[in-house]
Amino acid sequence: MPESHEQATPPEGTPVSQSARRHRRSHTTARDLERYASLFAQRTRVMRSSAMRDLMEITARPEVISLAGGLPDTSTFPSESFAAQMTRIAQESSAEALQYGPTEGFAETKDCVREVMRAEGMDPDPEDVIITTGGQQAIDLVAKALVDPGDVVIAEGPTYPGAVPVFCSYQAETLQVPMDADGMVISELERLLERLAANGRRPKFIYSVPSFQNPAGVTMSPERRRRLVEIARERERLVLEDNPYGLLRYEGEAAEPLYKLDGGDYVLYLGTLSKILSPGIRLGWLCAPPPVMEKVVLGKQAADLCTSTLTQYFVREYFGEGRWRQYVHDLCGIYRERRGAMLDALERCFPAQASWSAPAGGLFLWATLPSYIDTTDLLAKALRDNVAFVPGAAAYTDGRGGSSMRLNFSASPPEEIREGIRRIGRVVTEQVELYETLTTEYNVAPASSASRPGATGSAEGRGSVIPFRQPE
Amino acid sequence: MKVAVLKGGRGLERQVSLRSGARVEDALGSLGHEVLPIDVGADLVSVLKVERPEAAFVALHGPGGEDGTVQELLEILRIPYTGPGVRACVRSIDKVAAKHELRAAGVPTPDWAAFNALAFRELGAGDALEEIESGLGFPLVVKPAAGGSSLGVRFAADADRVPEALVAAFSYDDRVLLERHVSGREIAVSLIAGIALPAVEARPREEDRFNYEARYEIGRTDYVCPADLGAAEGPVLDAALRTWDALGFDAFGRVDMIVTDDGPQVLEANAIPGLTDTSLLPMAAEAAGMSFERLCERLLELALERGREAPVGSVDAAADRN
Repeated sequence: MPESHEQATPPEGTPVSQSARRHRRSHTTARDLERYASLFAQRTRVMRSSAMRDLMEITARPEVISLAGGLPDTSTFPSESFAAQMTRIAQESSAEALQYGPTEGFAETKDCVREVMRAEGMDPDPEDVIITTGGQQAIDLVAKALVDPGDVVIAEGPTYPGAVPVFCSYQAETLQVPMDADGMVISELERLLERLAANGRRPKFIYSVPSFQNPAGVTMSPERRRRLVEIARERERLVLEDNPYGLLRYEGEAAEPLYKLDGGDYVLYLGTLSKILSPGIRLGWLCAPPPVMEKVVLGKQAADLCTSTLTQYFVREYFGEGRWRQYVHDLCGIYRERRGAMLDALERCFPAQASWSAPAGGLFLWATLPSYIDTTDLLAKALRDNVAFVPGAAAYTDGRGGSSMRLNFSASPPEEIREGIRRIGRVVTEQVELYETLTTEYNVAPASSASRPGATGSAEGRGSVIPFRQPE
Repeated sequence: MKVAVLKGGRGLERQVSLRSGARVEDALGSLGHEVLPIDVGADLVSVLKVERPEAAFVALHGPGGEDGTVQELLEILRIPYTGPGVRACVRSIDKVAAKHELRAAGVPTPDWAAFNALAFRELGAGDALEEIESGLGFPLVVKPAAGGSSLGVRFAADADRVPEALVAAFSYDDRVLLERHVSGREIAVSLIAGIALPAVEARPREEDRFNYEARYEIGRTDYVCPADLGAAEGPVLDAALRTWDALGFDAFGRVDMIVTDDGPQVLEANAIPGLTDTSLLPMAAEAAGMSFERLCERLLELALERGREAPVGSVDAAADRN
């Protein structure tokens, strides 16, 4: 199954104990393969590994500067306070912390996540909240509750690469609405909904990351937010608002969450502590109206009974200290500087043919190269120079995005970001020059002839996808 | 016996190699050998010097592992190793060098033209594209000279598609070839000690080409083994054996070809074919009644035989004995 590109790859050279190895039996004769293959569910056919995934795994080499991950910088979390919190749990609540918990999560955990939501102006009823094993599980539970095979799910184009395999595993047809600098183009969404309605199809939900979107780095404008919420209401469709980065804002005014605008009728809200505390604790949550929540709780029960009790105790301790907002503030300072380093380096090192988004928050920006450069191939070349990014095709379900890349600025210090961008800029420039050498005497009009074979995006299609910001 | 399994490495085919290596480790373990898994890195030589394995199983793919480099080191360290010697590695890793050898030996291989990036940048080779294209016809195939697993291989349906296909191929290697596209059945013949195993035919299910995903994922490509070759069987075997000789193979190897209406055309030979769950050599061995364990054992025997016969350190002697 495709990986989300968010998680860390295990460090290289992890020793495999020989005794463990000896007990393994291979199940890999042609007969075995046939036997297993005949048992696989239909949906596994769309759960794919890929060349890109194999390339991504190389990015874990220590010498590689990886701008590919989606990792927050957990090294900034004070280890002594982590130790004190965990010690307190062990001393005061050992038996409880090691026990199962309620499926929907502890009331105290819900209080913590509601505090996070209040920081963005939302105040959900605790009954509407379920604590999940990371935000990723919330996406999965929503899809599990709503999607039948063949159903349409609408997402942004590009969308969070980790959402695509979830929708795929429920055999949804994911359709993507282009974005510009103001987020999802709502007029395009309406056109798509009309077209679907004309064919008698009603999408189950619209998945959106409205603030500092992963991977595009753009934020939906207030007008579009209002219109999206209206559309959901008018057409009685659900919106799944995924908001991992809302509090990681480095400039400008905070945009009102869709959940707040809607009041929680048609907007399901998904939050996570991954980017403001720790992705390793796997703690997310979902807010949904009672009828949806009922199904989600049943799905959660089937999936894993409850979210880690130990994690929830840790979160309770951490929020009890009352310093979480200060930590988010500190993170914003760190990431703001890194974002600046990346934008400066892009200006200096990327050729004039490239464009990129300038995110006001979050962890990512999205760069787009001329259409004749396939960023999966480019990654192979970049890896020879020990630098990595996520090829844009990972953020599409339909072969688009082949000339774009997602760049992460949260996980590396500024000097590494500058060096990484310098190296990527060099390989891009080489490919641009090579192409120009090949086409100058060769009389090819680049715009009409250079689109990727097999790509559905025409030259026009491409332009509508990308939040452009041309270097001066 | 203490056997080092060399796998991983720093190349783009690292994951494929890790899969091959893991499978080999399981097999060697079940045969009762002491397995020493080595993820090949900067400490390879020092680890080998300390551990002193009695043999090395090379499960590396692509540049670095399949191009004779590791083989050269193992010869210097006097550690018998599986797979072909340095000469066959050197000749087969570079598709262009291999095609020259094949053509010289009269083995049919599709027409081609090869360039490095320098030729385009500094010698204006781009100006010759039109002539090349009219010589090869469309569609044509653009490939990096080195590397395997179909990485960077593109089909260009017409002249407009050639520049971007070249840009893609140059992402993987500084040298690329443009090759005449031949259509027909995709056949792979694996050989062990110069004896051909049953041929495997690959029939991609969903993709219209034999790409990386199709090759390493269970259920994406249908394989037929033994392939029903009919009248083509003789020419296919002949092409495989002549390729083996022309490139100086010993131990084992795999010859990939397209069987057209006019007979086989050899595309390339692989010095270290994949040993993953979906790889063709193990499949062919199984069709010949050889389990994966037995296959690994046989490859090990061949390594030890060569180690005994070859004067230690004499690289050429090891490679030239065919």
